[in-house]
Amino acid sequence: MRLSPSGASVPGPSRRSLLRGAGGAALLAGAGIPLLSACGGSGSSSDPKTVTLGSNASDAVPKKAFAAVYADFKKQSGITVDVNTKDHNTFQEQINSYLQGTPDDVFNWFAGYRMQFFAAKKLATPVDDVWQKIGDNFPDAMKKLSKGEDGKYYFVPVTTYPWAVFYRKSVFQQHGYKIPATWDALVALCKQMKKDGLVPFAFGDKDAWPAMGTFDQINFRLNGYDFHVQLMAGKASWTDAKVKAVFDHWAELLPYHQDGFMGRTWEDAAQTLVSKKAGMYLLGSFVAQQFTNKADLDDLDFFPFPEINSAYGQETVEAPTDGFMVSKAPKNHAGVVKLLEYLGSPAAEEMYLKTDPSVVAASDKASTSAYSALQKKAFEMIGSAKSLTQFMDRDSRPDFTSTVMQPGLQKFLQNPKDVDSLLSSIERQKKTIFASE
Amino acid sequence: MTTDTTTQTPEAAAVPPPGASPARTRAAHSHRRLLTRRDRITLALMAGVPTILHVALVWVTAIASIFLAFTTWDGIGFGSIKWVGLDNFTQLFNDNPQFWPAVEHNVIWFVVLILIPTPFGLFLAVQLDKRIRFSRVYQTAFFLPVVISMACIGFVWQLVYNPDTGLINSIIGANKPGHYIDWIGDPHLNLWAILIAASWRHTGYMMILYLAGLKSVDPSLREAAALDGANEWQTFKSVIFPTLRPTNTVVLVVTIIEALRAFDLVFVFNKGAQGTELLSILVTNNIIGESSRIGYGSAIAVVLLVISLAVIIPYLIATFRKERRA
Repeated sequence: MRLSPSGASVPGPSRRSLLRGAGGAALLAGAGIPLLSACGGSGSSSDPKTVTLGSNASDAVPKKAFAAVYADFKKQSGITVDVNTKDHNTFQEQINSYLQGTPDDVFNWFAGYRMQFFAAKKLATPVDDVWQKIGDNFPDAMKKLSKGEDGKYYFVPVTTYPWAVFYRKSVFQQHGYKIPATWDALVALCKQMKKDGLVPFAFGDKDAWPAMGTFDQINFRLNGYDFHVQLMAGKASWTDAKVKAVFDHWAELLPYHQDGFMGRTWEDAAQTLVSKKAGMYLLGSFVAQQFTNKADLDDLDFFPFPEINSAYGQETVEAPTDGFMVSKAPKNHAGVVKLLEYLGSPAAEEMYLKTDPSVVAASDKASTSAYSALQKKAFEMIGSAKSLTQFMDRDSRPDFTSTVMQPGLQKFLQNPKDVDSLLSSIERQKKTIFASE
Repeated sequence: MTTDTTTQTPEAAAVPPPGASPARTRAAHSHRRLLTRRDRITLALMAGVPTILHVALVWVTAIASIFLAFTTWDGIGFGSIKWVGLDNFTQLFNDNPQFWPAVEHNVIWFVVLILIPTPFGLFLAVQLDKRIRFSRVYQTAFFLPVVISMACIGFVWQLVYNPDTGLINSIIGANKPGHYIDWIGDPHLNLWAILIAASWRHTGYMMILYLAGLKSVDPSLREAAALDGANEWQTFKSVIFPTLRPTNTVVLVVTIIEALRAFDLVFVFNKGAQGTELLSILVTNNIIGESSRIGYGSAIAVVLLVISLAVIIPYLIATFRKERRA
């Protein structure tokens, strides 16, 4: 086919847009990967009356709760919060490129090592100025969680929730069970429950992370908070006898866990507690979300994981904490400081918890009058803790926990006898991952 | 035909414009006045844009990942790329407890697909080719899984296999403590459970390919066989099957590709946990995430690339040789 000599069949505007397309393609070829990181950035507004905020609160309840908080902030300060919400998991997967591109001024994130990682990479701005104002609102354990490795503050906590052993009051009453305070009492209780036809521990590890919670509890009860931190930071060795002892304890408890946990999600496991087929469930307090019936929810209670080593007692509480960080070059720094000062206030937390009662306030100054009994107990447990941990994948390099620990722990659960070779394999892989820093 | 769309690579998609342009440029030389400046820009764009896209999205990325396989990189700034030589590969072959199982599972995936759904698909195709009554209904029923995306198939089969509330365990009562079958979690079971789902889909795919092949068998061959007094099995074995040779090649290639790119079904099913590791899943787990191991993940991708090339190159050589002879 020959083109028409006049060439009039190609209208001007479309050709121009074609050219623009070609230019874009050439740019793409030249710029390569960095261009991808620009995706998801928000518009560049240096408007002093606006702060942009990247949010991972994509679920309906938290989204609504935060909207109320931002509306209240606008009423007080006249500053609009321009929220850019992304799906929770997508947000996490893209955080790397998001922070390198043109991120929003403020973004939702997690306390602990995962915050420190981006702070150390210079992808976040320190917020010491904010903490001068809000410092009094938080207990020491929360302050410790909000600092980077350089001792500066990089994080403002808002909500948190504890991990503990959940049970139903009516089941314990019916069988006359007592809350176990020591390891031996826990094992004895498990034996008794099995005899009574109950599954002692509900368990589901299809998503691979719930097992990390069990490891954490046994580890800091047995070896203490400092060892937990050392181990998670890649400094302590996984072939240490202390780690071996954690797995020995776990193996003792494993026969009392629900069958077939590798194919079960935590939601399905929670149903066994709801239906009173299981006696206990070691999980975060979000397990309450599965108790849709009010009477069942009122029957739900929890106790901290029993003491194993009297030197450490029950002083450590695993309490993953969510809050906010500031990106490396916020466009409206003054507005950001105002927003974070507000978010770090008890009032903002109370406002949030009005809509989302599945968590508790990170500040110990927030009013607990609207709390349920379960929330009150959780709040007290966190407030009185000597040390707070964040959960294995928030206390360590996420690449290590997701590619080494998750499959490693699943392997242990399948075959609890072969711990030595598993631990030396974990240690070898750990060394290469932490060496790549 | 279905094979065209599935085996078509980005290269194939990009070929037509550059392939067509030499003829046009020749025309431009002989009839210089006929091609205005505007025409030449149009031509340059038509040939250029696909070429640039192809080079950028296929070649640059492939070469970049080969380069990155010899480095460590967390994806934050180009300054953190560090050359480590063969470290990633030695770690992969020696220390990664998931690597060899993943290779093994990819091979099992291929062997199962070629041994079970492929002959079954051929069997169905032969039956449907006899123009039995309601043949179109059956054809649609068997082909339906191919139309559904792998991710959806994963969700559906997960419901069937769910150890507590799934169809199978509820029917056979295997969801009680003591006699419990964990289809998704048990490392001796889960790969086979997933392969049943994969075969369920692959059968329909193979059936359509063979059905197309059978349609092209010359009816006079069947007549001749019938005149010679061959029974149905003899006709199939000595007359029909040999004429399906080109289809068999396509089937083999398609199945190899399916085995190498197996990913979505497993990812939805249990994210490649114990017992279902696959190379493609290891690549994803290492590269996607908040602090990614891009170098290490690329090394796994390079292994996958080498395996693919080892399969594709002999096939291409054979095909080109045949074309030259023809």
